[in-house]
Amino acid sequence: MNTRSNFDNNLKQLDDMLIEMARKSETAIKESINTLIHQDLEKAKEIIQNDTVIDDLEHEINNKAIVLTAMESPVARDLREIIVAIKISSEVERIADNAVNIAKSTLHIGNEKLIKEIIDIPKMMNIALEMLSDSLTAFLKEDVELAKKSAAKDDKVDEMYGILIKELMGYLQQSPDKTNQITQLAFVCRYIERVADHATNIAEHVVYLVTGKLSNLNE
Amino acid sequence: MSENILQVRNLEIYYGDKRAVNGISMDVEKNAITALIGPSGCGKSTFLRTINRMNDLIPGARAEGEIIYEDLNLLSDQMNVVALRKEIGMVFQKPNPFPKSIYDNITHALKYNRIKKKSQLDEIVEESLRKAALWDEVKDRLHKSALSLSGGQQQRLCIARTIAMKPTVVLLDEPSSALDPISNAKVEELIIELKKEYSIIIVTHNMGQASRISDKTAFFLSGDLMEYDVTEKIFTNPSNQKTEEYISGRFG
Repeated sequence: MNTRSNFDNNLKQLDDMLIEMARKSETAIKESINTLIHQDLEKAKEIIQNDTVIDDLEHEINNKAIVLTAMESPVARDLREIIVAIKISSEVERIADNAVNIAKSTLHIGNEKLIKEIIDIPKMMNIALEMLSDSLTAFLKEDVELAKKSAAKDDKVDEMYGILIKELMGYLQQSPDKTNQITQLAFVCRYIERVADHATNIAEHVVYLVTGKLSNLNE
Repeated sequence: MSENILQVRNLEIYYGDKRAVNGISMDVEKNAITALIGPSGCGKSTFLRTINRMNDLIPGARAEGEIIYEDLNLLSDQMNVVALRKEIGMVFQKPNPFPKSIYDNITHALKYNRIKKKSQLDEIVEESLRKAALWDEVKDRLHKSALSLSGGQQQRLCIARTIAMKPTVVLLDEPSSALDPISNAKVEELIIELKKEYSIIIVTHNMGQASRISDKTAFFLSGDLMEYDVTEKIFTNPSNQKTEEYISGRFG
């Protein structure tokens, strides 16, 4: 007999809210990169405006976590689950902030002709979002191995980031009149690299949830 | 290294043919609060009552193994049980003051122990009531009936009565389960204060109480000691799945 089904239902709701928030952030990142590729300024503005939806979800998750802590006296794994939900929601919120930053870069570049077709940035984004997705699956399945696998991909993102920045610096010398655009593209690379860092942090929170031990998967 | 006040070795406790405690071994730390937790019938109270031989009073109850206290096995037939209970005092779930004055509640047992001098008794009464955080509330009515006190005050009086005997170990059997939250908080504060001078073993069904006040926690289940560790570990990341389920309210 489950003696705490009401509490368990509430924990499940907390997880569901977290997943909903993560999906929205993932979509925001994908769409923000699309605005960059297609120089879709209207969509970029929309992404910036819609960020409040994700911020509101974070507040809802935090409120629910506080209420559950106060009302249900959670201990051990239950307590870790609530703490981890708060921490993951903060990571996800910052991922969404990066979507806003990318959209702002799109606006800064405006309708100026792009120095080249944007191909590598979406590739880097795909790896970062795969990490996010794997880290969240690891959270739902309490799968430490998957969390570690997800975090390990951060090296690949860092490597791509290094190559892309070097390439952009080359363009800077070739086309000094495009300094603004090239700087914004370098920023976008940085924002994607940050998304991967947040996904790595989520993986670390999963390890804490399951084992009770704080870990550093990004050494 | 912390010092141990009790060493329990292969302790088995029976009621007739039925074994209630299945060969447990554990060390109890000196000047610490050790909480015994577990569902009803798990053997924790039986274990507690065996420590000062209160279980001797139950027909058919017997214990095997050892509980070592100052190089003596408390379970030995040669043990002077009356002397033992002076060293290892006990406070029960329901406050049980004698139907006498507050003053007499504390001096009653002292008189049997040949302390008769008024000045000395006065001193012990004040000292015990102060230690039990009750002195300020009762100092003007020491000769009023103990039964006129509130439940929380009665329980603190019972604690004062126990420590008046200058024990080294105090056993507490759910001492605040019958008290309101404020009285409970006072008793908890008092227990924490008492560990400076005494070693405390407390049986509690209140997980919050165990986690708030104890240094070490022992989890009993069906007569087995399932897990015994520092309280922080038990309540944040227990090693045993059953412990986890119990402290998080999944069964019991």
